[in-house]
Amino acid sequence: MSYPVRSAERVGGQVIQLLHNTGHAMFMLLEATWFIQFAFGKRSRHETVTQLFVTGIKSLAVISVVAMFTGMILALQTGLELRRYGQEVYIGSAVAVSMIREMGPFMTGLIIAASVGSAIAAQLGTMTVSEEIAALEVMSINPNRFLVMPRLVALTLMMPVLTVYTNILGIMGGAIVGATQLGVSVTSYMNNATEFATNKDLYVGLFKAFIFGIIITTVSCHQGFMTREGAVGVGKATRRSVIISFLVILVVGYMVTRMFYI
Amino acid sequence: MIRFDKVTKVLGRKTVLDNVSFEVGEGETFVIVGLSGAGKSVTLKHMIRLMLPDSGTVSIDGEAINLLGRGALREVRSKFGVLFQSAALLQWMNVRDNVALPLREHTKMPEEEIISRVNEKLELLSLDDAGDKFPSDISGGMQKRAGLARAIIMDPKIVLYDEPTSGLDPVTSRRIDDLIVNMRKRLGITSVVVTHDLHSALAIGSRIMMLHQGQIVENAPPAGFIKSKNETVQSFLESQYITKKGKWEELSHE
Repeated sequence: MSYPVRSAERVGGQVIQLLHNTGHAMFMLLEATWFIQFAFGKRSRHETVTQLFVTGIKSLAVISVVAMFTGMILALQTGLELRRYGQEVYIGSAVAVSMIREMGPFMTGLIIAASVGSAIAAQLGTMTVSEEIAALEVMSINPNRFLVMPRLVALTLMMPVLTVYTNILGIMGGAIVGATQLGVSVTSYMNNATEFATNKDLYVGLFKAFIFGIIITTVSCHQGFMTREGAVGVGKATRRSVIISFLVILVVGYMVTRMFYI
Repeated sequence: MIRFDKVTKVLGRKTVLDNVSFEVGEGETFVIVGLSGAGKSVTLKHMIRLMLPDSGTVSIDGEAINLLGRGALREVRSKFGVLFQSAALLQWMNVRDNVALPLREHTKMPEEEIISRVNEKLELLSLDDAGDKFPSDISGGMQKRAGLARAIIMDPKIVLYDEPTSGLDPVTSRRIDDLIVNMRKRLGITSVVVTHDLHSALAIGSRIMMLHQGQIVENAPPAGFIKSKNETVQSFLESQYITKKGKWEELSHE
């Protein structure tokens, strides 16, 4: 077989594999969505609550630090520029609008993808290579209900909640920098922040967070289920889940912003 | 009960099963042996439709399972219990919860009855004290027994064992063999066992089938199996120091 034919065959094979994987991930998501009605039923309640705890509570520490410093950095960078024009009082609106519209959901998404999403991919990957997923299937226990649905519920509920938390801490971080480094009182910072940030900014930000929750669950669960080759495969699946989640969050974040603001 | 009719399966560029046909009857302990990569586990996976054949048919109780819908497949799978090679216990649940899982998922049994049935199975498999332990806290042999307890908790008609004695010491291996024989005697379960261990196969099997390069090279009762004239079977027997003479000569269980 000639080189161009071989190359075409390889590329074609990869495209088919990509379409197959995407179809598999979408089917998994749809089925898990259908099972949401049983999220707090007798069989799934415990797992759903556990996942809500893992996603919401166990990520709080790292989110607090990242959110606070994101707000502080934003305030410092914009404040230093605005001070050249004597307009540093506007850091309140700059920080609030940036956090609520973009940085809050984006930073929360990245942190959750790196912490919770990678843990999901590693756990499901390990379960796949140790035949636990096959055992569930043989016992006629649908892995999409048993494993994916509770994680989908947890991530789609907790992402907006954590985003609100990130926004609050980020704005607080900005206020601290404003008060201590830039001479902007907390009152005028807050007045300025609330004057410019709109309800639409908040809703769009929360919508993004919700979508990011779906993305992280789908990517990490799918990567976990696709794991092959033992421990090495688990490592690869974990890495891939974080990279793909980051990329999809970036692209979808841009598209949502474009959809609502242009 | 289980019937393979001209089943072929290709994985990558390798033909793992090549036009394979055989039948497993009710109450049999059917042992599949062969070298690594011979297609033993793939055969087992076809029985519960964890894999689909590229051509040919797999039937359970006369029903071809290739094209079954989800509901019908659930019905067919409810006839099976499976002991996986790695036991496949869920690591975040203790042994009791692992064994109780199918009952909690598929029945409306009250919790007291579930616990009572689980304790009964744990006792049957000498795991009375292990109920509250997590899989990572118990030995490989205990994990296999816990996996077996879970496999039989729904009282299946057929139990599939994928390498039940791999990675275990000889004493624990023989204990697992005894359990498989007991399952057949006490519960009348049909068993299909995949193993490398010919000593185990000859001790528990009512029929032994050898796969080699995706094809059946022998399918006979133990007494007939060790007398096989097939060269591959003979070299497999010799590799495990089993000769036609000695204690194997007296094999008669069929």
